[in-house]
Amino acid sequence: MITIIDYKIGNLGSIKNMLKKIGQPSVITSDIEVISQATKIILPGVGHFGHGMNKLREAGCIDVLNHKAKVEKVPLLGICLGAQLLTEFSEEGNETGLGWIDAEVKKFDENMMPEPLPIPNMGWCDVAVINPDRLVVDLPAHPRYYFVHSYHIVCKDVKNELLRASYGHQFVAGIKSENIYGVQFHPEKSHKFGMKLMDNFCRL
Amino acid sequence: MIPVLLINNKGLVKSVKFKNYRYVGDPINAVKIFNEKEVDEICILDISASRSKRFPDFEHISEIVSEAFMPLSYGGGISSLEHADKLFYAGVEKLTLNKSFHNSPQLLEQIAANYGSQSVSISIDVDKNWLGKTHAYTDNGKTKTEYTPLELAIKAEDRGAGEILLNSISRDGTYQGYDLDLIEKVTAKIKIPLVACGGASDLHDFAMAIEAGASAVAAGSMFVFQRPNQAVLISYPSAKEIESSIYTLRK
Repeated sequence: MITIIDYKIGNLGSIKNMLKKIGQPSVITSDIEVISQATKIILPGVGHFGHGMNKLREAGCIDVLNHKAKVEKVPLLGICLGAQLLTEFSEEGNETGLGWIDAEVKKFDENMMPEPLPIPNMGWCDVAVINPDRLVVDLPAHPRYYFVHSYHIVCKDVKNELLRASYGHQFVAGIKSENIYGVQFHPEKSHKFGMKLMDNFCRL
Repeated sequence: MIPVLLINNKGLVKSVKFKNYRYVGDPINAVKIFNEKEVDEICILDISASRSKRFPDFEHISEIVSEAFMPLSYGGGISSLEHADKLFYAGVEKLTLNKSFHNSPQLLEQIAANYGSQSVSISIDVDKNWLGKTHAYTDNGKTKTEYTPLELAIKAEDRGAGEILLNSISRDGTYQGYDLDLIEKVTAKIKIPLVACGGASDLHDFAMAIEAGASAVAAGSMFVFQRPNQAVLISYPSAKEIESSIYTLRK
């Protein structure tokens, strides 16, 4: 079953409900036994990177997630902070991440913007597909997603980039390495656009 | 184009001029319908929280958030940073303060410092007296404050509010159109976005409010009632209809 990892960082109800809406049963859990049975994994997350890594450690989920993602290679989708956690390192808390995708997380740099925009970036942004993939196939026309973030992912190799968006400057909105995916935005708060992406994820 | 849903003791209600509250259904059901309509943002205001001096109903809000496939803002009864923490944990994207901003402007500053200005807005309920002078009100329009809407908007901006929800009491539920003069007057003096509310009857009103300076428009009755007989019918214009109304305006 699709397993949503609960490491006590917030309300995951809308992710579960969106999956239900597209006819996919899912479970919200931090139980290692349940996670080890997962056929697909969603790693959600909001807030501070260092805090998120700590909570993931406290929940005791890291070993089982490593096994599922790297050995069993089940499809895994990180959402928002959950996507950032897939990378090597974040400036936020100077903390190492799960290290599954060759990328880092940096703060939005006002100096790179023609005119400074408020941080966090909170709102809807258009996204563009950089590398075609089954996760982002057949999105509704003019895809846009809802974002809330102060930090963004920087990939070392463009081959890991899936989507880009722009907020003062371009940034990576979606990443991929083999079976592991991450999106900076909230598909569960992006109605039809999010639903299509989640549906694609379920079909991987 | 933001639907504003008023909650009174867990039920969805709609008012006329902040009075005559009429029960229109279940908020969770309404949110589910707005999911179908692909609404970009929704605003939930609990009008019974402050009035009955109680805290936000975290459990109920969490339930509503779980059903919402769009970002959601919440206002009503928020009076401490702990409330804010709990609401953000429940998955609310933005908080709207009204009375607590009058009681303690520091709360706004703290929320803005911890979560960013984008995460907190101030709602300003406006009414005119018989001389035509406007004042900001609290307590669902029952208590007049010493501020004009413009003064309060400037104060909120200075203290770190990310947005102003400007709500006209005298136009609420009347379909008379937005208070365009007031929108113009306030937006001329502030930099943060202003969301206009109160009086919308159709897409033309939305377009007029945007032209007057509003960054976004909100409405209640228009999205929950069907005229002329005010039957409860939740509706929302299609993306195409919204686009063409803005296009007509720009022409």
